[in-house]
This record gives sequence, structure tokens and C-alpha cells, in this order.
Amino acid sequence: MQKLIRFIEKYSFFFLFLFFEVIAFYLLFQKNHFQRASFLNNSKVVSGEMYNQFSKLTNYLDLREVNEQLAEENRNLHDRQLKSFEKLYGPNVLINDTIYQQQYFYTKARIVNNSTNKQNNYLTLNVGKANGIESGMGVISSNGVVGIIRNVSEHYSTVLSMLHRSTKISVKLKNNNYFGSMQWDGKSYKEGVLMDIPNHVQISKGDTIITSGFSATFPANIPVATIKSFEKPEGENFYNIHLNFTTHFKNISYVYVIKNNWANEQVELEKKTKDENG
Amino acid sequence: MGKFILSGIIQFVFLIVIQALVLNNIQFSGYVNPYLYIVFILWLPLSTPKALLLFLAFVLGLTLDVFTNTIGMHTSATVFMAFCRPYVLQTLVPRDGYEINQTPGIKDLGLKWFAAYAAMLTLLHHLFLFFVEVFRFTDFYDTIIRVVYSWVFTMILIFIAQYFRYNAEERR
Repeated sequence: MQKLIRFIEKYSFFFLFLFFEVIAFYLLFQKNHFQRASFLNNSKVVSGEMYNQFSKLTNYLDLREVNEQLAEENRNLHDRQLKSFEKLYGPNVLINDTIYQQQYFYTKARIVNNSTNKQNNYLTLNVGKANGIESGMGVISSNGVVGIIRNVSEHYSTVLSMLHRSTKISVKLKNNNYFGSMQWDGKSYKEGVLMDIPNHVQISKGDTIITSGFSATFPANIPVATIKSFEKPEGENFYNIHLNFTTHFKNISYVYVIKNNWANEQVELEKKTKDENG
Repeated sequence: MGKFILSGIIQFVFLIVIQALVLNNIQFSGYVNPYLYIVFILWLPLSTPKALLLFLAFVLGLTLDVFTNTIGMHTSATVFMAFCRPYVLQTLVPRDGYEINQTPGIKDLGLKWFAAYAAMLTLLHHLFLFFVEVFRFTDFYDTIIRVVYSWVFTMILIFIAQYFRYNAEERR
């Protein structure tokens, strides 16, 4: 017994070190569980507020790019306005439109924190539960896909960026509709990879990749990337494709959160089918 | 003593704010992210009890983790660094030993000593941090390159910070 006590005394520094390391790694692996715990959530309010103030300041620095983006969007909207369409047939008739029902709703949000240099990147937005944001909604910028909403507090929400090792987005080739999944390989914030495209498909450099609309998160046909380069590995059935993201993750400051009104319906139906048929 | 604790707290807050708001936004070519905040552990006086050293490192890492949304990552790295500090001090011990009220800095122990001391601990911290971040040994050289680049920039910042600290002390 005495030997044991002497042993522990002698190596007390090492044991204390182990103790702290174990806590640190426990936190690292239990991350999501602990973020929900109130202690860290409370400190999130402090850090969130601080980032918010700071981004108010730095927003001025990006004004030029933001203005350009806004102007581009305005042009786009002008294009779609009723007054830019010419009437081809006689006077309008009032029709009760039962064909169209709005499926996707967009919420504007400002990015208050963003990173691109980690292996797992997150963004923080200045919208939360109070604005009707829920976990799992898609986030896009005017250029392309940004990520998926992860955690939501009353006035803020965090986004699992496209630049996160576990983000996968269902996409397809614009030319021929072959679908695959887009991921990030953790190397450059400009480039991603496209998986699961069989190697008999004709592709070429510069081809546009768009969202497939299969998941309930993103509407179909949003451009997300272009093909940078590709190769056919020996003995495999799929291409290795490298992509250029259309989103400039370094300079986005305003994004849109997409609410899919029928998301639950789709998810539940698919789950039911899966459960019943194994 | 009270004055000492106060200046420690100011240092702590200042370093966290600088790290979270300024340095984490610096990214040259996607590789470099200097981590100046660890200078807090470097600057702790030589007479700091070892247990307190580990505890302060733990609090420092956890605070930064809350800001960067990486709970546990920086914490594990700073604790590891604090654990290594006594051993690094041992290997660098001057011929006639340390004196009780010396602080680990250029003024008390010389430029060469401080450079070796800071370089070793910073490298250990960065290696640990970047490998915990990627959590695998594939892309080994990629990670090593990121460690080295960030290490160089952190060292430059540490020397600049050291200069500012002495300036502030002399003015007092």
C-alpha cells in the first residue's frame, strides 16, 4: 500500500496530466452532447454576441463585394419581374392557380462567424429559432451551396459548412443527369471532390454540377461547382473527379436559408418505405 | 502578488481576444494559422506549481475552444504543452541553474535561451494540435507542412509580443 502511495506521489504530475487530457478528449468526442449542455451554451451567448459586434465592424470592409453581389442579384430579379415579360396573348384572365404551390421559402441571413482553414469548418448565422430556422435546413449563397444548418439557438444558428469532412451533398451532372455525391477532401477551400460517377459517362473539364434535389434539403438545379479535372483510376468503376466550388467561401457575407415546406412529408414517407421493406 | 494575478488575467483576456478575432482569420494559402495565445503558458513564471500550470493550460485551451467551436481540441494541445514545459526547462537549464524569481523571457535568460525554449514548446503544441485536428496519419506530409508553416509564423508573433510586453513593463 505504502509503495502504491509513493508511486502515485512520484508520478502525480503525470497522472494529473492524464486526468486533464482524458477530460479534453472526452469533450472532443462528446462535443455535440456537451454543446447542448447549458454551461457551454451560456458561454456561446457571450462569444456569439462578441462575434456579432465584431462582424458588424468588419462588414464595412466587404461592402464592395457585397454591393456587387447584391447588384448581380437585383439584375437577376429584374429579369424575372413581370414587367420584363411581354404579353403574347390577349387580356389577362383571372385564374385560380391550383397548379403551383410554393414549396421552398428563403430566409436572408448574415454570417457572423466563418472559417475555411480547419479540417472541419463551421459558420454562424444571425438567425435562429425566432426566425423559424430548424436543424437540417439548407444554406446557399447567391453563387452556390454553402452548407447545412446544424445547431439552432434563439437568435443564432451554426452551419456545417460544405468545407466539413462529414458534409455530403447529392448532386448531378447538368448535361446528362448522372448523380453522385459532392464532398470536401480537406485540402483547399476552393476545391471539392465528386464521387460515384461511373466511368462510362462522358464528362469534360468545365462541366457544371448542380444539386439533384433528391434530398429534402436543397431544391434541384442550383449550380454548385464545375469540373476542374478528372481521371479514370485503373481497375475501378468510378471516376476521381475534382471540382471547383462556385461559392467563394472566403468572401461570402450574406446567405439564404432554405425551408422546404414538404421536407417532413418526404422524409417520413421514405422512412416508412425503408422500415417496411427492410 | 495581487498585481501579478491581475496582469495575468489581462494577458489571458487580451490573448484570447486577439487569437479569436484576428489571428484565426489570418490564412495565407490555406496553410498558415498562427496560434499566439500559447505564449500565455510560455510566460508563466518559473516558480508556478506544476498542478497550477496544467490547470491554467486547461482553462486557456477550453476558453479558446468555446470561441472556435472546437471543444476539446485546443484544450488537449495546451495541456500537453504544459505537461512538456518542466521537461523542456530541465533540458535547457543554464550552467548555474535557474534563480527563484526569474521569468522565462529574453530579459532574464537571454535571447538564445528563450528562442530554444519557445521553439520547442511551440513545435510540440502545434504537432499535437494539428494531428488531433485531422485525427489520422494519412496525408502525413501535408499535416507536417501545415505544422511547420504555422510554427514559423507563431514564433515571429511570439517575438513581437515579447517586445511589446517589455515596452509595456518599462512604461509602468
